[in-house]
Amino acid sequence: MTQIIERPFGLGDDAHEPFLTPVPATSTSTMAQAINGALHDAMAADERVLVFGEDVARLGGVFRVTEGLAETFGERRCFDTPLAESAIIGIAIGMAIRGFVPVPELQFDGFSAPAFDQLVSHLAKYRMRTRGDVDMPVTVRIPSFGGIGAVEHHSESTESYWLHTAGLKVVVPSTPTDAYWLLRYAIADRDPVIFLEPKRRYWTKEFVDSTNPADPIGRAAIRRPGDDVTVITYGSLVATALNAAELAADEYGLEVIDLRSLNPLDFETIATSVRKTGRAVVMHEGPRTLGFGAELAARIQEELFYDLEAPVLRATGFDTPYPPARLEKVWLPGVDRLLDCVEKAMSQP
Amino acid sequence: MAGYVQAPPTHFGVEMEPIQLVAPDGAATAETRYRRDLPPETLAWLYESMVVTRELDTEFVNLQRQGELALFASCRGQEAAQVGATACLRKTDWLFPQYRELGALLVRGIAPAQMAAVWRGRWHGGLEFTKKCCAPLAIPIGTHGLHAVGAAMAAQRLDEDSVTVAFMGDGATSEGDAHEALNLAAVFRAPCVFFIQNNQWAISVPVERQQAGPTLAHRAVGYGMPGIRVDGNDVLACYTVMEQAAARARAGDGPTFIEAVTYRMGPHTTSDDPTRYRTDDEVERWRARDPIARYRTYLESVSVWTARLEERVTGRAARLRSELRDAVINTPDVDVAEVFDTVYHDITPELARQRDQLLAELAEEASS
Repeated sequence: MTQIIERPFGLGDDAHEPFLTPVPATSTSTMAQAINGALHDAMAADERVLVFGEDVARLGGVFRVTEGLAETFGERRCFDTPLAESAIIGIAIGMAIRGFVPVPELQFDGFSAPAFDQLVSHLAKYRMRTRGDVDMPVTVRIPSFGGIGAVEHHSESTESYWLHTAGLKVVVPSTPTDAYWLLRYAIADRDPVIFLEPKRRYWTKEFVDSTNPADPIGRAAIRRPGDDVTVITYGSLVATALNAAELAADEYGLEVIDLRSLNPLDFETIATSVRKTGRAVVMHEGPRTLGFGAELAARIQEELFYDLEAPVLRATGFDTPYPPARLEKVWLPGVDRLLDCVEKAMSQP
Repeated sequence: MAGYVQAPPTHFGVEMEPIQLVAPDGAATAETRYRRDLPPETLAWLYESMVVTRELDTEFVNLQRQGELALFASCRGQEAAQVGATACLRKTDWLFPQYRELGALLVRGIAPAQMAAVWRGRWHGGLEFTKKCCAPLAIPIGTHGLHAVGAAMAAQRLDEDSVTVAFMGDGATSEGDAHEALNLAAVFRAPCVFFIQNNQWAISVPVERQQAGPTLAHRAVGYGMPGIRVDGNDVLACYTVMEQAAARARAGDGPTFIEAVTYRMGPHTTSDDPTRYRTDDEVERWRARDPIARYRTYLESVSVWTARLEERVTGRAARLRSELRDAVINTPDVDVAEVFDTVYHDITPELARQRDQLLAELAEEASS
């Protein structure tokens, strides 16, 4: 069954037709291939969808995520831009005003900084500033986070900036299936979605069923049930948390929540889990101070204080710039840092 | 609508002397490359639009002085640039204004009440501008040029022959986004015209501090588009220069950079005191080049100006001034729930919670 979603914004008579046409091909894909498939299918389903950015057309993207799009859909719909990140987002806004559905790529997390003004001052606010007159169905794809041994400015966690900006949705897939479906939903969304792709998981393989829709944006997933500690994470670190849960299985039952969508946040799933376990650890790569863990910890204690057996703890990166590649393994939160938090939570009187 | 009559400049040479069709004394100049034979009703409409712009501008300033508006950015002195550059366009050509474009908005048919929302603090950006193919006001400087380029690239993909116009000032040309916009427009041959009102001052910083080139228009050369200087106080010159740039864009020949040389007669905004940074002499020199007085003299010489025209213009100005006052003073504030309801197409659960918290606070306040 293909889920039917209202098309975001119509130019023609068929604007109300469902856009999620069933795509018969189901296959084993890497996350990079799944994203590529989602872009292909979205462009085939809706001619208003445009893909552009640096190296996305002729090269097919530095991670080959946009491979074949220019050949299949032509250069009017998939094109290389000059090296100008602010412009990439700025022209997306102008195209959206005229009814297109832009899916721009910012090549790396660190290069979203030059586009910050367009993202925060314009893209996020356009609907509100026009009192709801104008949709901004823009999906900004950003290969993100660390762990691939990259040079400076290629391993950043930017989600806190976007989460602090009203008007943006923030989505982070952790599996190829979610990468496919969350991107389809993001492109169909009438609001701007920052789509952070965990490049460390680009080569993770999975059987992706593009005929069987995953849960929509705004819903978290429990990747592993458990009774003792709720581990809340997203993106690359979901696999890390699952490894930790497996390693600790004899001692503790970890319930691993994959947020999938950071805004809107599925707090219900978190609350249900924490009411059961009484303990929560939040895990993310980005610096601790004002990372998403701070918001989650605050909200959990505000709403679930009397269900808690222990303080909400955070296994995160540190308040330093992202370290040089040879040091990232020790800097990034991994199984050990997570299990330290778990033990601390379990040892509370 | 005039055809694409002039051969496009092929070497992108930039003339130092601004294009001028009507001299400051109201006499026709010797310029022959641009037409001035507009129909009498168009000539009269340009006059009417400039006078009404100035009258409305005065009313806006008055309302601010009376405490009814938080702020206002006067366009006094720039009426010819704005009216001329907009009057030659089609209603389906998209405008991307900065925040000093009262004249352009008026010509586009945007009502004083829609504009006043910004300065009253009722809503950001103006009300329902996009229904008139006009983007909301852009307060950050220079950022909206990219939106104009994107909309122009959309027009290419829709196979339209519409153009987009980015209104910017001399200060905006120093912003990084202006560079990116000009470059992308040229690279993609986007049907976009950059209409730069060089009003000599960016708050207190003179244009000499914005750039070191011969003129702003010379920047166009590096981007690979024509750069044209026009007398921004000459409404006919602004009309026809923009008309040709638009025709060039419609024909698929790409963007044009127009530098309209004009002067901001008033302060930057009602919060500014220009006596701190510029001399009375300078202001007086520019007053002698006033766009409205010169054009009226010209219209008298071609027998378009009549007492009847003046009566019509004065009547419309008075009506719109009163409409503006009424809109500012008597329109109720927007319901604060809209601040929450317009952030996303469908409000998120967390935002709904926060909205309800505020509404509960207000309900409690009302009942106590």
